[in-house]
Amino acid sequence: MTRLVLALLAGALFGAGLHLSGMTDTQKVLGFLDIFGGWDPTLMFVMGGAILPMFVAWRFTRGRKPVVGDSFPQPPADKIDANLVIGAILFGLGWGTVGLCPGPAIASLTYGGSAGWIFFAAMLAGMALAPRTRALLDRATA
Amino acid sequence: MPLDWIWGLIGGLLIGSAAALYLLGNGRIMGASGIVGGLVDGSARGFVSERLAFLIGVIAMPAALFALGSPVDTHATNSLPLLVTGGLLVGLGTRVGNGCTSGHGVCGISRLSLRGMIATCFYIGAGVLAVVALRGLL
Repeated sequence: MTRLVLALLAGALFGAGLHLSGMTDTQKVLGFLDIFGGWDPTLMFVMGGAILPMFVAWRFTRGRKPVVGDSFPQPPADKIDANLVIGAILFGLGWGTVGLCPGPAIASLTYGGSAGWIFFAAMLAGMALAPRTRALLDRATA
Repeated sequence: MPLDWIWGLIGGLLIGSAAALYLLGNGRIMGASGIVGGLVDGSARGFVSERLAFLIGVIAMPAALFALGSPVDTHATNSLPLLVTGGLLVGLGTRVGNGCTSGHGVCGISRLSLRGMIATCFYIGAGVLAVVALRGLL
């Protein structure tokens, strides 16, 4: 139960942050990516503001346990593989096409209209295609 | 608006606090694409209800703020081909690359993770490319 309450609270905080920061407005996100146009630096402040508490939180995990659960997630191996790079490039191309990444796409579902739901449905379809794509990439680069 | 960056900073601190709560409370990485994607491809296993609780919060809080009069317009394109292409690429890319802006960006960079930093460079670079390319085409 504690696990569910904490998850709900974290989700609510995340949603509030995405909404208040302006990240559910695709113009702000596309404005940040438009470095050759009228550049909008807002996303940089959002990213910087979000990294600060997390930097402290990661330090705090040392020698401790989470409130619920046995251990903190282990850092992944510093492996830079095709999946990471190709996945990030595909994600970035989609991000720059509409101006939505997964968090804001979910946070704006109640007020983003049909455009928001079409994007969300396509995003879920893309996620469903990922395991097969990963397997293909693994075989091609093995 | 001149106040945009202040709201960006306040919102960012809230996002980081949410990620810190999820990490220190539940011992989990707050990555939006991972939380949803695990439900889509069935890899969520025993943590389905935890993910659903998180997603309810993410959807309900902005809905409440919007209902209380917090103004917002997503300004999303109406073009069906762009929405479908963009959504497919975001869904596929974040799951193939194992993270999005919250997972690789917020949680990864704050951990000084090389993977998080490299992924962030590539998705921002590709995002810039898409914006420039689409402006040339449309």
